[in-house]
Amino acid sequence: MTEQNNSNSSNEESQNNNNLPKVFLHVPPKFSFVLPPNPSHNFHILNPGGLPSLHQFIAADPHHASSIAAIVCSNVYPVTADLLQLLPSLRLIFTPTAGTDHVDLSECRRREIQVAGIGNLFSEDVADMAVGLLIDVSRKISAADRFLRTQLQPSSWDFPLGSKLTGKKIGIVGMGKIGSEVAKRLEAFSCKISYNSRNKKSSISHPFYSSVLELATNTNVLILCCALNDETRHIVNKQVMLALGKGGIIVNVGRGGLIDENELLRCLIDGEIGGAGLDVFENEPHVPKELFSLDNVVLSPHAAVLTSESFNGISKVVEENLKAFFSNKPLITPAMLV
Amino acid sequence: MGSIGVLLLSQVAPYLEQELNKRYNLFRLWDYPKKSHFLTQHGASIRAVVGRSTSGADSELIDALPNLEIISSSGVGVDKIDLIKCKEKGIRVTNTPDVLTDEVADLTIGLILALLRRICECDRYVRSGNWKRGDYKLTSKFSGKTVGIIGLGRIGTAIAKRAEEETHHIINREVISALGPKGFLINIGRGKHVDEPELISALLEGRLGGAGLDVFENEPHVPEELLGLENVVLLPHIGSATVETRTVMADLVLGNLEAHFLGKPLLTPFI
Repeated sequence: MTEQNNSNSSNEESQNNNNLPKVFLHVPPKFSFVLPPNPSHNFHILNPGGLPSLHQFIAADPHHASSIAAIVCSNVYPVTADLLQLLPSLRLIFTPTAGTDHVDLSECRRREIQVAGIGNLFSEDVADMAVGLLIDVSRKISAADRFLRTQLQPSSWDFPLGSKLTGKKIGIVGMGKIGSEVAKRLEAFSCKISYNSRNKKSSISHPFYSSVLELATNTNVLILCCALNDETRHIVNKQVMLALGKGGIIVNVGRGGLIDENELLRCLIDGEIGGAGLDVFENEPHVPKELFSLDNVVLSPHAAVLTSESFNGISKVVEENLKAFFSNKPLITPAMLV
Repeated sequence: MGSIGVLLLSQVAPYLEQELNKRYNLFRLWDYPKKSHFLTQHGASIRAVVGRSTSGADSELIDALPNLEIISSSGVGVDKIDLIKCKEKGIRVTNTPDVLTDEVADLTIGLILALLRRICECDRYVRSGNWKRGDYKLTSKFSGKTVGIIGLGRIGTAIAKRAEEETHHIINREVISALGPKGFLINIGRGKHVDEPELISALLEGRLGGAGLDVFENEPHVPEELLGLENVVLLPHIGSATVETRTVMADLVLGNLEAHFLGKPLLTPFI
């Protein structure tokens, strides 16, 4: 009797699941924490723990592909037009990342697939990293720490002077949430803020420049906080770096592709710019080794969002958006479609 | 004024040394193999002493300079100068306050971020090629944390303004234990404010989360135990070390000396 009841209830459960919209975790298993199993009851995760992978799943039965209503992805697996072609019932993509350049947004728009992101969860941490990198480059913090750890006990400390940050002219490229958090922080250092963005923002009182070149000409520091897309690729090129000038500093917490990396290397080595603080690179995790011998750069392994606090908040945002979507309510943190 | 004897106790920025040399009869203490020899030969001709806050001027030195009128120090700390002796003998003392406040406050925020977000460690991680093997680990968020500032003077206040957090004055001998394994200590004041052996054992035993240190008890000696730790950031007393600010400090030192020898009011007298 008991056995029959058990199998009846598990049948019932799978029948209920069959009626629920299907969500697939298109992430490496180590990222499966972004959506823990057994969340809300108005959707069903096909592969808790991130296994099987999407391609294994479709290979097992091509019919499976048409069951998927939503995917949670990461910037490790790009969501291309080809992939979207395999998912005819897809209605929602959730990407728990600060950027969306790994998702073919125009194809999503064409197919009327909605895209949701992480909202402002990471913004403070990214802004803190930008400020941390800027102070480090200006005041040679990493270089000084390296100096103390690697040299034998000297009779005196002969270490080169840094350069003053308070009052410097800062140019922020991209005045979204991250850019405004950076501005807010550097205002407390009495820095003079100006910015370039796709559009002038009426809520921001700082001076606006319509091109990155003009911004670089009028500032000592560029902080890159914008998205990577066709318009912004290599937006920081040789001309911009020369305009920024020999004492100028570039901080990049956006995407490596925003800077012409080869040109950046040349300008750093030739002393055409003063220094750089880089959290992102064109070909991660590959970093040009010529940078390793420079003391006026600070290098970070795309760690701007890697805090316990940010990571602990991810699954909640994912779950809330999926729950809202499948209740036919508006997404909590829709991503901007470029 | 070229005949006035000025003793320079330790290396300073080239700009300051050059100007002192131009204006006065400059003696560099390190040019003389024996300090006592120098003092016997030239002590009586010294009317002014210039040094950094780490050089100081103790009772022995002051006694050996019978014609000393003024000590003009580059830096804001005067803890290494025998102030009581100076007051007794009517010797003026000047430092360089205010001009370096922003600089030290900037570095402090930089130290906090470097420590909590492991920026120096991240930089090492990339340079050593480790990123190819995997992502760096999770670190601690700074925004939203509570910051306790010991010493709410000009520098402490400037730090508070940048940190934008409510501050409370911690006056507690057991502060290291109170901070605990999730707490961090930043010292940009003086090495002697912290019981260094206690700090080291707390760090090694995990009783303190981490430390950002610009100063040490026995500079330039850095305790070896600290050199291998990834939860510390170690800096060689660079709080005010920028070209801009050291130049302004140098101008203050020179200005104080000039004012004194022209009989005008000192610019930034401490005594």
